[in-house]
Amino acid sequence: MRRKLARTLFALLPVVPWLAFAAPAEIRLSGDCPPGFEFSAGQCKLRSLYQMYDSLENSGVGGLKTGLPAYRDGFSPQQIDLGRYLFFDPVLSGDGAVSCASCHNPDLGFSDGRGRSVGVSGQPMRRSAPSLWNVAFQQRFFWDARASSLEQQMQGPLYDENEMATSPEQLLRTLNGIPLYRELFRQAWPQDFRAADAVIRLDQVYTAIAAFQASLISLNSRYDQYAHGYADALTGPEKEGMNVFRSFVARCAECHTPPLFTNQQIAVIGTPDPEGMAFDPGASETLGEPTLRGGFKVPSLRNVALTAPYMHSGRFATLREAVAFYTGGRGHAVPPGEDLKIHWHIWEPKLSDEELDRLVDFLKTLTDESFKPVQPRWLPSGRQPVHNIIARTGETHQDGASNDE
Amino acid sequence: MNKIAIIAGAVVLLAGGFYLGKSGQQPATVIKVDSEPKAAFTSSGAEEVAGAPAATVRSLVTPTSGELIVVKEGESIQDAVAAASPGAVIKVMPGVYKETVYIDKDNITLSGVIEQGKYPVLEGEGLRNDAVLYSGNGVTVENLYITHYKGNGVMGQAGNNFIIRNNFIVDTGVYGIFPQLGKNGIVSHNIVSGIEDAGIYIGMSDNIDVVFNQVFDSVAGIEIENSRHALVESNFVYNNTGGILAFITPGLPIKTCGDVLIRNNFIVDNNHENFAIPGSLVSNIPAGTGVLVMACDDVVIEGNIINGNNSVGITFTDFSLAGNAANDPDSEPNPNRPRILNNIMQNNGNDPAPKVRAFLAAMLATTGPDIVDTVGMDDGCILNPERFRTIGLGKYTECDFATTANVASYTLPEPVPARSMEDVDKGRLAYYGICAGCHAYSSRMIGPPTQVIQALYMDNPEGIAEYAAHPVKKRPDYPDMPPQSHLDDETRLAAAKFMLNVTQ
Repeated sequence: MRRKLARTLFALLPVVPWLAFAAPAEIRLSGDCPPGFEFSAGQCKLRSLYQMYDSLENSGVGGLKTGLPAYRDGFSPQQIDLGRYLFFDPVLSGDGAVSCASCHNPDLGFSDGRGRSVGVSGQPMRRSAPSLWNVAFQQRFFWDARASSLEQQMQGPLYDENEMATSPEQLLRTLNGIPLYRELFRQAWPQDFRAADAVIRLDQVYTAIAAFQASLISLNSRYDQYAHGYADALTGPEKEGMNVFRSFVARCAECHTPPLFTNQQIAVIGTPDPEGMAFDPGASETLGEPTLRGGFKVPSLRNVALTAPYMHSGRFATLREAVAFYTGGRGHAVPPGEDLKIHWHIWEPKLSDEELDRLVDFLKTLTDESFKPVQPRWLPSGRQPVHNIIARTGETHQDGASNDE
Repeated sequence: MNKIAIIAGAVVLLAGGFYLGKSGQQPATVIKVDSEPKAAFTSSGAEEVAGAPAATVRSLVTPTSGELIVVKEGESIQDAVAAASPGAVIKVMPGVYKETVYIDKDNITLSGVIEQGKYPVLEGEGLRNDAVLYSGNGVTVENLYITHYKGNGVMGQAGNNFIIRNNFIVDTGVYGIFPQLGKNGIVSHNIVSGIEDAGIYIGMSDNIDVVFNQVFDSVAGIEIENSRHALVESNFVYNNTGGILAFITPGLPIKTCGDVLIRNNFIVDNNHENFAIPGSLVSNIPAGTGVLVMACDDVVIEGNIINGNNSVGITFTDFSLAGNAANDPDSEPNPNRPRILNNIMQNNGNDPAPKVRAFLAAMLATTGPDIVDTVGMDDGCILNPERFRTIGLGKYTECDFATTANVASYTLPEPVPARSMEDVDKGRLAYYGICAGCHAYSSRMIGPPTQVIQALYMDNPEGIAEYAAHPVKKRPDYPDMPPQSHLDDETRLAAAKFMLNVTQ
């Protein structure tokens, strides 16, 4: 209902709505890099204690003191700051009702707290919104791994009729129609805006949003303090949980491999979809590999305590339910008639209730929001941020069994 | 049964009827005396270890500092690890220890004391997960008797320069010894039995020697998986389902396997019923398998005694064997460049497993061969093929080298350097990677600007380092600073020095 209200309010706004929330007359994009980055030769370069370490075959997977996977950085401070405005601005959607932050809300771990995300159509879609923390290190995007760059990824939701439902033409028309955005793009790309009639280009929009997304770094959790050598960073129960996590009984660390807590592979693990939802074939469709039916990208577990509910369609309401899935038996939740090539690490570890509790204790040590970005108080479009006012439909109930949709 | 049909069908398709029509024909024996020496063996791994003086071969040791901690029965080994500094030697007296030991430090020696044949026993009671877990570099685990754990006996996660030797690992879960994601290590003189996956499993690692081990009564004896530059030599591997394996497992983040030398091993009577966990890759291994190479490249098999394995002596194959796993479009499935030098093979294939029997039936055979290549690789080589009963080797040529003896070890002449690279500016990484979360150069963030701190502490980085470890509230209008004592003294001081020199 609140969503309808929001839409009604939007419809009532003046024809040129950004006049309603006038931004400051003069705006400078930040010339400072976000925390976690050093300004060097015009670029923001990632800095982390993990850069003290290497990794086997430069794979970015290993144990405690293991180097990071390949990552994106090198954007300018202005590009990152411009991306921040775009990210929160609902003018990027077709009807102006949602922004990127609607499904990737910084206050909800850059996810949306829903089992399945809701776009402009108001209906829950097929999958949940993944967190954007540490996307700089991801090589493939979407649960089914169908995009290979942030720039490619964002065109999915932007132009999907059920998600943000804009078009490249509308997006450019909208942004070029807002003088403040033309000024900000000029600050971010001064070379490209020397001519008086220079206009905003799509590639600049994509780059700016990617620049902001790649600045969302979370590598300073209490787990990280332990990994760098501070043994007292974790409590006794949390260390027990860490040892269950990396044991070859639970085998969590085999796919959720440090330091990113993902090996970035596709895995068929056979988690259930919400009741009544058609089986989601996942990566087998996008990669054209029938044996990957039901396969999804292994998500990073950093900040996982902030992003309930869990799995690709949010079937599990809590971390405890999510970890308990893995001790339920190989293929126990696969729908009848589906013959899936379940991953070999899915077996019957017979974890005790205490071990499941300790796993949850450990997963909570992966929380770090110390570099959480400041959310803009005003937007260049004059609109107000909308990501905290949209009605919450489609949330998973606490029992994890039903959705409120 | 479908799987069998697929494998058999694939062979027929790939070979274009060759096997059906000519499988009974063996190469004629040609008696000749080489007039010129053959070429030397070369590989990227051989180049890496070339020139190592004989005295340094496999001379890897865990550095010690003189610190000694003795653990007696009734005490906790983990307490000793917690108290240990890098370089410590932890000596464990004979007795029974019921715990999981985890080592997240560098250069720790965990060493059992053996008294008149009595070992310290790590007893998992069927309840505990892994016996020994390490992530540090330069870890030695030796002289332990490990039994009844649910997971692994000894498990490494990314430690380099490791030594796992002289251990008994009996009836212990999934893998007996499992170093993963490590570079430069030795697994030697272990006696491993009763493991439901691989007794010794080298996973996603580089430069590993697996030598002088005895592995029996397990599903897979020794397995090299998604690893490069591995030497498997002088092991006694018997009564497993499969003896020695070199695999690519699809779906792992490191996608290659190659340069594996399987040399001078006894691979005998590996006919144990397959008791692997359902769904595991090794559950696909037919009982009676001597050596199995799946998708791993540049495997050299030399000087082994491969005897009495009831299905096949040596098998080269692709992912079609692993019918229960999802494919990985990023992994190349063929066992490229197989090289089979001189081996002693006899008495293999006498009672093939049903899966192999069905495969053979398509070729009107009932006895398993010494060597089969189910793909029919065209870049393989073999010496003296006429000595063996083979299938699928029609395109193999004669190897241009006769021995890999010029590679004494694939461990490195020098240990892998410590991961903290000398040219890394720790202070810079800590300042931007941690401090900058609250301190911007000139503007107020969560804490006061760096410029203000610079003015206060001008020539006193020690003062900053000390304050950061134990902050006290100074500014009523700012939130409390969280203590940064999680950073060691050196890192905190380096960050403080860096902070005083930041200019933007």
